[in-house]
Amino acid sequence: MQKDREKQQLYEEYVKKVTPTHSLPANMVKAFLVGGLICVSGQAVTEWALAAGMDEKTAGTWCSIALIFLSALTTGMNLYPRLAKWGGAGTLVPITGFANSVAAPAVEYRKEGQVFGIGSKIFTIAGPVILYGVLTSWALGLIQYVAERW
Amino acid sequence: MEIGKQSIRLEKPVYVESWASVVGKKEGEGPLAPFFDEIETDDQLGQDNWEEAESMLQQKAARLAIKKAGCCPEDIRIIFAGDLLAQSIASSFGSGELERPMYGVFGACSTMGEALSLGAITVSAGHGERVLAVTSSHFATAEKEFRFPLGYGNQRPLSASWTVTGSGACVLNRKKGRVKITGLTIGKVVDYGLKDSQNMGACMAPAACSTIVQNLKDFGRKPGEYDQIITGDLGYIGQQILLDLLEKEGYQAGKNHKDCGILMYDQKTQDTHAGGSGCGCSASVLAGYILPKIACGDWKRVLFVPTGALMSKVSFYEGNSVPGIAQGVVLEWEEGEVEQTC
Repeated sequence: MQKDREKQQLYEEYVKKVTPTHSLPANMVKAFLVGGLICVSGQAVTEWALAAGMDEKTAGTWCSIALIFLSALTTGMNLYPRLAKWGGAGTLVPITGFANSVAAPAVEYRKEGQVFGIGSKIFTIAGPVILYGVLTSWALGLIQYVAERW
Repeated sequence: MEIGKQSIRLEKPVYVESWASVVGKKEGEGPLAPFFDEIETDDQLGQDNWEEAESMLQQKAARLAIKKAGCCPEDIRIIFAGDLLAQSIASSFGSGELERPMYGVFGACSTMGEALSLGAITVSAGHGERVLAVTSSHFATAEKEFRFPLGYGNQRPLSASWTVTGSGACVLNRKKGRVKITGLTIGKVVDYGLKDSQNMGACMAPAACSTIVQNLKDFGRKPGEYDQIITGDLGYIGQQILLDLLEKEGYQAGKNHKDCGILMYDQKTQDTHAGGSGCGCSASVLAGYILPKIACGDWKRVLFVPTGALMSKVSFYEGNSVPGIAQGVVLEWEEGEVEQTC
């Protein structure tokens, strides 16, 4: 058993050596550019909304709606995956990445019906983020509650 | 007759009477494009969904192979069919339409090796005059089954392979033809503990090595006695690992090794990373490229070794490794007078 594990580890190390990977610095630069561009376009929407006389909160909502809409639209047009292939985490981190992870299953599982297709599978990727996001904010809220009364 | 530890020598050789390959658009833009029988320009094949598209793909290849054999579906005694989808639905809805006795087989991407082997055993033992071996895979159904929805934006690692949209079918017969199956080496499940399902070449290379080495030992051959040793879908990384592993075992196979996954696409222009994969990969390359080469006598003896990564989403998420399997089929050129032309 011990010998097996050693053999496995040796093989794993060997495979790691012969397997090419994406260049991390290049990926970081691309992610910065794409992610930055998405955020700048979001900021532009906010500025436009503020200039149109909306308060900050409403302007922020317009920004989110616009980015989510654009992401879902470009997912349907098969453009977002292409951008993501180049931009990597730059497309994953902003709100557009989240919208893509919801829109993509909706498109893919449409054929399996409204209930068992879209209904039950739309959150297959985003589900964990929602669940643990809510759970984490709940835990942080509890910590804040305790800290304030201490 | 069983020989060695894992092999069978077919006392009565089984002949490959006809073969057919149908592939998708991307495959039709690759270096093997001139060799395929049919290239589909619509990856959905006019169907309502991807699964039906793959079923249609498989059915087309099966019907074409039967047509090329000059017979009709009723002349097929048994069908051995397989694909990558859960419960093998592409076979049930695809080759099932032929309404012939059918065995559904699964060996992941090695399924064509399995179907051919079982078909050859059946014919050789006299349990059927004509049998059909057919497998298929489709990029979109495989992505859905094993990875993410197509529209989901992510970066595929450089070690990832591209599932081939394609199907290959062969009609096996006792009647003398240009290509014969003379031996089989049944693969073992080989697990080196790798858990990276995005590096399937590395997961399957040990299995390919095991089957090839065992085939050489069982038949008492040297790698050079095969004009070609052709693996299924190891890809570039898997090929390098296989050759390294074989060298460790004392075999030099670099000169006459090919891989269907490498042959299928142009790595530089088609953005397919490690190469093609899927059980339609080895099947369509076999039917489109390998069998015609043997039929013409360019290659006299070929060891065809489709490789499979045996995993499911469940086994992967439960933290299991990705074991590999490889089935060896010895294909030879038949000398002398034969009716069949190449």
